[in-house]
Formats: sequence, structure tokens, C-alpha cells
Amino acid sequence: MVQHATARLDASFAALSDATRRGVLEQLGRADASITDLAEKFHMTLTGMKKHVGVLERAGLVSTEKVGRVRTCKLGPRRLEDETAWIEWYRQLWDARFDALDQVVEELKRKEKVDGRKK
Amino acid sequence: MDARSESQPTPMKNRTTVERKSERELVVTRTINGPARLVFEAWTKPELFKRWWVPKSTGLSLLSCEMDVRVGGKYRLVFSHPAAPEPMAFYGTYLEVTPHSRLVWTNDEAGDAGQVSTVTFEEKAGKTLVVLHDLYPSKEALDAAIASGSTGDGTDETFDQLDEFVVTLAASAGRS
Repeated sequence: MVQHATARLDASFAALSDATRRGVLEQLGRADASITDLAEKFHMTLTGMKKHVGVLERAGLVSTEKVGRVRTCKLGPRRLEDETAWIEWYRQLWDARFDALDQVVEELKRKEKVDGRKK
Repeated sequence: MDARSESQPTPMKNRTTVERKSERELVVTRTINGPARLVFEAWTKPELFKRWWVPKSTGLSLLSCEMDVRVGGKYRLVFSHPAAPEPMAFYGTYLEVTPHSRLVWTNDEAGDAGQVSTVTFEEKAGKTLVVLHDLYPSKEALDAAIASGSTGDGTDETFDQLDEFVVTLAASAGRS
């Protein structure tokens, strides 16, 4: 499980560390597109774009489907159905942040009290 | 005279909520056990801010944190993560700074896809309701952030680490 998670973590970092791939994701957020469309849009060779899409696909950020001679790309499989899960982890992130903020504020309160006593 | 808080009794823990208010908006709320003036201080002084913005459980390190908190002032945060190929910078401009009650800033590393964040602090009986409102430029920008941040397993801590980064990175998809 941990190994699996780490592998996916690495794959996602690799996938998102490239500006073109981030651009492709944004583009696919607007509409599905074929590899040819994407190659044109990003002024790349078909082979170059295939490589980028492959990296995104392995990270689970993009899925592709071949119909006839055209390979169509879209966001996913971790897509919008996951919105609830996403909201939940985002909540957990902020919860952890706010717990830490609470501690900082608590410390400031104590410090104020001590300073107040000194005056 | 800087007693660590580990052994201190934990004050009552408040609930954090997150809601997608509309196609372009995300809202996070939480009550903090202290007056607005201290929450504001913790949000605007870099030495305090960096102690809470990056929870330990994320595995992230904040390499640097520059904040010029005034209207038109800039901020710049640089993070590293063991799994990230190189440090990543997040930056923007403060649009509004109203002491103790309101901050508005842009998220410029995201280019056109970046959200505008507004946080308000509302004090009641010594506690402060914090409302963070993120307004994305389009439904697509927020959808993309969610789609690339989703893992289908929101409880795993490793995924949390990933997700924090993925979301911000996906938001920078607009940069060409």
C-alpha cells in the first residue's frame, strides 16, 4: 500500500513537473482532445505529445481511448466523480493547517498574558 | 521562555468545513480559539505563518517565505518535497489588506487559471471565525484542480502530501 502510494506520488510529481503537461491538463479540463489536436496546440510532434500523454496516463491524470485511428484524451480516471473525496482531503489539509494555527495563536495569547504581567 | 505546547492541554478542537459553493468557488471555514488580531498576526508575519501553513504531515518543507503584506505587496513561498524533482515557488500579490479582518491575494504561479483568495476574520467572544474563499477564473480551472488532485482515497496521508502539491500544480496549468 505504502509502496503503491509512493509510486503514484512519484508518477504524479513527474507528470506535473513539466509545463507542457500542465498545459495539456488545463486544456483537457476545457474539452477532450485528440493527440493530434494537442500536438498542434502545443506546437509539438505527434511523437513528442504521445510521450507527454503517456506520462500523464501512467499517473492516472489522463485516460485515452482509441476510436478508429483517433486517440482521444480526457481527464481521469481520477475525475470529477472524485469531487467528494477531493473535498474531504482538502478539508483534512486545512484542518491540519488550522490545528497548527490554533497552536500558534494559543502561544501568542500566552505570550501576551506574560508580557501584560510584566508591564 | 518559549515553552513548547506539546504537553499543554489541547483547547477544544473546532470543525473545519469545505464546500464548493458554486462552479468557481471553494469556501473553507474554521473557528480559531483566539482574537482576530492574533489570527491576523499569525497570517501576516512570515515567522509565524510558516509555522502553520505547512503541516508536518504533508512532508513538505518551506524553504523560504517572503511576505510584504500591504496592498500591492508581493508574497513568495518556496517549497520542497523529497519526491519533487525541484523546489516549487508559489507567489502572488496582496489586493486588499484590512488589519484584523480581511486579506485578499492572487495566486499568480497559476497564470490565468489561478484563483483569487479572500480570507475574513470575524471575532466573537474571543474566538475568530475564519472564512477562506477561493474564486477561480472559470469552472474549468476549478474542475482541473479537483480532477488532478483527486486520488479516490482522501484519508491516506501520503496522498495528502501528493494532493497538496497536485492541486497547486494543476492550478498552474494555465502557465504556458
